[in-house]
Formats: sequence, structure tokens, C-alpha cells
Amino acid sequence: MASSKLLASTLRQTLLSKFTTTHHVRPLSTAAAAAVAADYHEDTDGITMKGVKISGRPLYLDVQATSPVDPRVLDAMLPFYLSRYGNPHSRTHLFGWESENAVEAARSQVASLIGASPKEIIFTSGATESNNISVKGVLHFYKDKKRHVITTQTEHKCVLDSCRHLQQEGFEVTYLPVKSDGIIDLDQLRSAIRPDTGLVSVMAVNNEIGVIQPMEEIGQICKEFNVPFHTDAAQALGKIPVDVEKWNVSLMSLSGHKIYGPKGVGALYLRRRPRIRVEPQMNGGGQERGLRSGTVPTPLVVGMGAACELAQMEMQYDEKRIKSLQERLLNGVREKLDGVVVNGSEERRYAGNLNLSFAYVEGESLLMGLKEVAVSSGSACTSASLEPSYVLRALGVDEDMAHTSIRFGIGRFTTEAEIDRAVELTVHQVEKLREMSPLYEMVKEGINIKDIQWSQH
Amino acid sequence: MLRLVSKKVIGLASQEGSALSASRPVQVLPRMYHERVIDHYDKPRNVGSLDKNDPTVGTGLVGAPACGDVMKLQIKVDEVTGKIVDARFKTFGCGSAIASSSVASEWVKGKQLEEVVTIKNTEIAKYLSLPPVKLHCSMLAEDAIKAAVKDYEAKRAKSNGSATAAPAAKAAEA
Repeated sequence: MASSKLLASTLRQTLLSKFTTTHHVRPLSTAAAAAVAADYHEDTDGITMKGVKISGRPLYLDVQATSPVDPRVLDAMLPFYLSRYGNPHSRTHLFGWESENAVEAARSQVASLIGASPKEIIFTSGATESNNISVKGVLHFYKDKKRHVITTQTEHKCVLDSCRHLQQEGFEVTYLPVKSDGIIDLDQLRSAIRPDTGLVSVMAVNNEIGVIQPMEEIGQICKEFNVPFHTDAAQALGKIPVDVEKWNVSLMSLSGHKIYGPKGVGALYLRRRPRIRVEPQMNGGGQERGLRSGTVPTPLVVGMGAACELAQMEMQYDEKRIKSLQERLLNGVREKLDGVVVNGSEERRYAGNLNLSFAYVEGESLLMGLKEVAVSSGSACTSASLEPSYVLRALGVDEDMAHTSIRFGIGRFTTEAEIDRAVELTVHQVEKLREMSPLYEMVKEGINIKDIQWSQH
Repeated sequence: MLRLVSKKVIGLASQEGSALSASRPVQVLPRMYHERVIDHYDKPRNVGSLDKNDPTVGTGLVGAPACGDVMKLQIKVDEVTGKIVDARFKTFGCGSAIASSSVASEWVKGKQLEEVVTIKNTEIAKYLSLPPVKLHCSMLAEDAIKAAVKDYEAKRAKSNGSATAAPAAKAAEA
């Protein structure tokens, strides 16, 4: 007994002295070591990562990819990590009860933002999961009678991929084209609906180009033909007014991390009257009315609820601010540069998303030069591929222009100084790249690029 | 005694630990761009244009805007020695394409025409450590060199042809 105590204390002493004398911090687990990327290096001169050296952290203009957590949201979440860590499905003790209450309060907060009843909200892991449940779940449930889905060419990858999955199972899918401003043609939608159409899925706000589809009109058409209407509102929630009654949606996918909430949580709105039913993707303990089994992550759900409540309170204020920042950005760039094109409708768009094409400058090289500005050339999901964006191709943007797009995302925490700096860097970089662009030179010489016989590679 | 043993154990463990941490940087890391690509992108060599109507200048224009890459490489050749005395490029494309053409323009300078056509895309790719998805950039650079040389030779053949044809015509006139 005594010896073991002695052993322990000696060990502790040796360990302590060892740790206090070593200079570099040794991670306590391999997981923690992996989280700190080995190629990341930060010192007084700046940051080096992936071979890119910058003087400080870049300014963030990519809020369509994800947004930072609002500190007020984090405040709401923390107690549920540290002291109120109960499983919301535990029915036998206080820990469970208080977690359940918190989850239900969050459900009400989410429901309130979209004009729904809390009973119509199901928590999921994110909008991708909600989209999967909606598209595949509805068609699988009604598969005996309904064999057809209508969606658009500019949907998010997870909707398109779910549709492709259904096609492999023998369902039929109509991919509606969009007009050059990114909006669908309502007459085309009307004529695409068939007696066996089981779902119409149209996203509210496009993630790449930010255009807003005519939701009320689409909802009206779906009501007329009695077809369930699903919308991916991940980019719309908290940014434009969302009302499930006005839009007449049967299902709606929502995400937490696009509205200054935590990553890893989302929600699915499922209409009760008239009731829409889905086949669950996840089987298990029957949580979330059996539609999405698995323990509901209380802290994340509380965070999403808090984010929704903040969005409801501050949507108008945010919109006004973001709109003025967007104008500042666009005017700043257009003042100095010609050949700047806004992709997608300029009127029917969410102001926080500005997708620009700079003629005669290739997007990837522009991004490489803009390393002090965190922007993307489109969706984060496809930024690894060399193909031009399928959304821009659906708009009928010329292939050479589709290679030149950059998406600037403006959010709640973007400042005027950041916009000014982004304008300055963008203008500088575009001018530099145009100076070395053979296309820009030809255009200045009066040669029409489209007349040249290019050797295709 | 105990202290000694535990120190030994910890010492061993920490040695292993340091061995592990030392081996970590050796891991192949996903790196977007090699330092040389970034260097050539930030400070491209020989950007600009030469007079394309100059008979001693060969121009190579390869690629297509729809594919996202267009390269224009120009070489100025000393007619007597056949040596490339100057080179200029302009490129529309990604960072790797800009770096590839910058490297190509540097490599052709001061070399003989016969010499530069032997520059292989693999050499450029190796020098810039291009990943497989960017290999087409180096191929484009090789094509640009060949196209510029071909253009110069075509120009010279034409001017030589007219030069030899002109006295003949004069002779006929006479």
C-alpha cells in the first residue's frame, strides 16, 4: 500500500519535472496531435500552411461555406457540455429532464423562425442529412404510386446525388434548367409535373450564386397539383424571411452552421397537415418520432435554437448592413475594373452572396493571389476539382467565363475595413493577372477571342 | 531507486515520443503548391510581349479559354547563331500554368533552337513538383515552346524563300 503510494508520487514528480522542463507542448493524445496540422507553422513573421505564407490570418469572406459561431450562441451551449450533460432521452433523472427541456425549447426557437409548429421540427446532423431524408425518404415511402421527382440543375450536390441514387433504383428524375439569371421557369415546372410525381425539390437560396427562387409561386403550383414540395433552405434560413405557410412547403432542410450556430446540427421541417411521411434513413432507438434515431446532441441543438432566435431578432438589421457592404464591395471593384460580371440575377439575390466573374483572369490563379482573403471559386464541395462550376454552366455562362468566378460571402461579422481591404487586394491581383493574360492583350488589340480556332486539350 | 526506474521508463517513453514527433514531418503531406510554383507565380519571369511581326520572333499560342488555360510564348532568335536571345510569355490559367510558362521562358533563353525542342514536360513538372491534376500545365508549356520554334522556322523559311525567289524573279525580268 505504502509502496504503491510512494511509486505514484515519485512517478508524478518525475513526470512533472519532465513536463515543466520540456519546451514544446506534447499533445496528450494522438487525436489532439492530428488536429494540429503538422504543416502549420506560426511565428512573428506570419503563418505558413500548405506552402502558402501569409502575414496573418486571412480575412474571412466565405460565409456561404460556413459561418463563425456567434459568441451568444456559444454561451447558450456551454452549460450543456460541462454541467448539464444528460441524455435528453433519459427519463429517470434530472439530467435527462433538463436536457429534454432544453431540446424542446430549441425546437420551438427553430419552429418560430420558419412559422411552423415545434412538432414539425426534427433535428438531424445537418442540411445534407435533411435533404437525403426528404428526397429519398419521401420517394421510398410512396414508391408504389410515385415514381418521379422534379428538381433543378443548380441544386446542391446532396440533392442531385440523392436524385441520382433514386435513378439507379429505377425512379425518374427531371432536372429543370434555369434561365440565365439562375431562376427556374415556372411554366416549365408546371409542364414537368406528372400524375406520378412524388416530389418537387427546389432550393430557396442558391449556395453558389445566391439567387432566390420564386418560392411562393412554386408552392402554389405544387398545391394546385397536390405534389409535396421540398426546399433546401440552408442558405435562406435567418437571411431572408422564411414562412412554411406562405411557401406551402411540405419539407424543408435547415442547417445550423450557416446561421452562426454550431457545425454538425441541422433540422428538417415535416408538415403535419396535410401530413407528409418519410422512410427513416437511420434506424435505432426511435428518437425524433422514429424518423431520425440516435441521441439528439443537446449542446448542438441548443446552439442551433439560440442561433435561430438571434437570427429572428437581427435579420432586418443584418440584412441592411450586409446589403450596404455588398454595394461597397461591388462598387469598389467596378470603379477600378472593367469586365466584372455578377453571376445570377442582380435583383432576386441574397445580398450576402456576391458571385463575380473577372473576364480574362482565371479563377484559380486569382484565388492563389488572394491568399489574404478567404474566398472560394464556388461551392466548397467542388473547389478541389478543376471543372468549372456546374451551377454557372447551367446558367449558360460561357465556359471561359465560368473559369473566372469568385464567390464573396458577406456575413454578420464582416466589417467595412475588411471589404475595403478585399477590394484593394482583388483589384491589385486582377490587374496583375490581366497584365500577363494573353486574352486581355488580344481583346485590347481588337481580336475577338471567340473567332480564334483554339486547339482543345 | 524508484525514481531511477521511473526516470528510465519515462526517458524511454519520451525517446520514443521524440522519435515519433521527429518522423512526423517526413510524412507526405497534402501540399497545394510547391515553393517554386509560388515563387514563379509571385514573381513571374519574362512576362510581356515581343513584336510578333518581327521576323526574328517566333510566337507560340496554345491551349483554349474554355479549358481554362491559354499560353503565349515568344522567342527572339539571333539569326546568325540560331540562339534564343530573349523570351516573353503571357498566360491565362492557374498558378501552375503561370509557373510552368515562367519556367519555360527562363529555360529557353540563351539556348540553341535544336536544344529547346528537347525540353520535356516531365522536366518542368519535376522541377515544379506538379501534382497529377496539374501535369497538363507542363505539357502545355512544352507545346508552347515547340509552337514558338515552329512559328519562327516557318517565318524564316518564308523570308528565305522570298529572298531566294526575289533574285530569281529579278533574273527572269532581266
